Amino acid sequence: MKFTNEDVQEILQLLDATKYDELHLETGRFKLTLRRNRGGGDWTQETQVLSAPNIVNSPAGAPVAVNVGATSTAHSTTPGDLRKAGWLEVRAHLPGTFYRAPKPGAPPFVEIGGRVEEETVVGIIETMKLMNAVHAQTRGEVVEICFENAQFVEKDAVLIRIKPVAA
Amino acid sequence: MTLRRILIANRGEIAVRVIRTCQRLGIETVLAASEADLDSMGARLADRTICIGPANSSASYLNIEAVVTAAVTTKADAIHPGYGFLSENPKLAEACNHAGVIFIGPTVDQLDAVGDKLKARGHAGAAGLAGVPGGEVRSLDEAHRLATEIGWPILIKAVGGGGGRGMKQVHEAANLAAAMEMAMAEAQASFGDPRLYIERYISHGRHIEVQILGDGEEVIHLGTRDCSIQRRYQKLVEEAPAPNISETLREEMHRAAVAFARHLKYRGLGTVELLVDCDRDTFYFLEMNARIQVEHPVTEVICGLDLVEEQIAIAEGRKLRWKQHDITFFGHAIECRINAEDWTQDFRPSPGTVRRAIFPAGQGIRVDTHIQAGTTVPPYYDSLLGKLIVHGADRAEALHKLRRDLSNLEIPGVATNLAMHAELMHNAEFARGGVNTAFLQRFLENRNIEAA
Repeated sequence: MKFTNEDVQEILQLLDATKYDELHLETGRFKLTLRRNRGGGDWTQETQVLSAPNIVNSPAGAPVAVNVGATSTAHSTTPGDLRKAGWLEVRAHLPGTFYRAPKPGAPPFVEIGGRVEEETVVGIIETMKLMNAVHAQTRGEVVEICFENAQFVEKDAVLIRIKPVAA
Repeated sequence: MTLRRILIANRGEIAVRVIRTCQRLGIETVLAASEADLDSMGARLADRTICIGPANSSASYLNIEAVVTAAVTTKADAIHPGYGFLSENPKLAEACNHAGVIFIGPTVDQLDAVGDKLKARGHAGAAGLAGVPGGEVRSLDEAHRLATEIGWPILIKAVGGGGGRGMKQVHEAANLAAAMEMAMAEAQASFGDPRLYIERYISHGRHIEVQILGDGEEVIHLGTRDCSIQRRYQKLVEEAPAPNISETLREEMHRAAVAFARHLKYRGLGTVELLVDCDRDTFYFLEMNARIQVEHPVTEVICGLDLVEEQIAIAEGRKLRWKQHDITFFGHAIECRINAEDWTQDFRPSPGTVRRAIFPAGQGIRVDTHIQAGTTVPPYYDSLLGKLIVHGADRAEALHKLRRDLSNLEIPGVATNLAMHAELMHNAEFARGGVNTAFLQRFLENRNIEAA
């Protein structure tokens, strides 16, 4: 027996005829809260499926170890001396897959030693199927690229370091 | 044969949606999930969940071998592909045939016929349904000639697929060469097929589609949906039936869509997308989608059918259970797609963790979602959190209810486009009904001007 939207509708019809403004129901499998808004009489619901997933072994045996978290540790070891040297960091404004080139097979946007302007695109982050350009935001020379192409990056991860160059 | 166990090769709200129908029908469910979705609502609801690979969809949800192997391993009778991912991929249907698993969808040939946009145009033409004036272009010269013939502005499109990729608007001959080059690169990258075609660009067009259902011989329609509220070719609001069109035009659209599907001897659930030229009060064939669509609930609530149940019945080899005259429509339905995107920041995606998920409840309200308190919205997939579908006796009532229901919906933890829907539902032009595909952009721009 599963709990359905029709069940919620029937409970609501019962509740509508009462003076109660709230119903809280919890079983091993789900949690349901129905609340009547003050004044309006509109109801809201919050449901939560509590039953644990029943995961069967995939053909190759146990699920493969998660490899998407293979983010470089480069950004977590930001050495103070780099900052002192005046290098600037380009960080990920979103979590996602970092691409160094506009499309597979194409040359990378930037290489170490390359010169960039504020508006230069230095990479792309794919988040939720959308491609988001990453701009250098500073004028200078690329001194470090912290991720490989197509690696997953967390939000605020340092992607690239740039040594500023005066105009 | 009666299906006893179905593997659902999808995620998000549609996985939950398919599982619920299977449960009601007493069919066992196996969810094929990526590592990122092993703890999802779908995984909690399914009888069993099998991991088909890492989070990245090219290694999991787009991996034909992994999906078919999962079905065989779990002894599923059939695969329901949902929408997106592999849902319209003839290679999955073919692999299913080889593995002795039923593919819940049309035949390999039909997927092939509608997946290639030029072939689909050809079939539509043969069935008496004209495409937007245009055709294939193999060179810049050919494109110039054809554009001059059909008139500027034009739209460049990819033969290999839709979704806005490879699509470019060109207003004058001077920009044609550069646009063709970009479109070709995008088409190659997205679909592995650089072929292009061009169409007349219709500036006052409405996107209206007809839901059809066929059993390989008979075809019926389940009415129209208006999907003109789009941003970058992504739909945000849909309604059924399409408002403010003459009944003559509506009947013509129904007839044309059914004729096209009959011509293909179509088997399964499908959607014929049409572009209605408001200036000329006529319509053209755009493309056919050979799967269940995100916006299918608006059709379900006005005609009282469960379209996933119909898909399953047809996959079982049954004849259509309904004749056209059995299908009746009641009232009007509107759907808002709730996305994890910050609409104040140019719709920037907003992955994260949902703290709570509070939805309106009551008569005429339907919420299709996979979101609950604690759900992680991963950055790997699209941003759809759920859909609010409201049903009223007429459009005005549906709109009125929707305004209230949107104010009773809260998803703290991620940025959403809820406030955009609330503003949109109060917009006078939208309230009159029948806006065209250029409306939303104008609505967003005017809003920015007011805010500035």
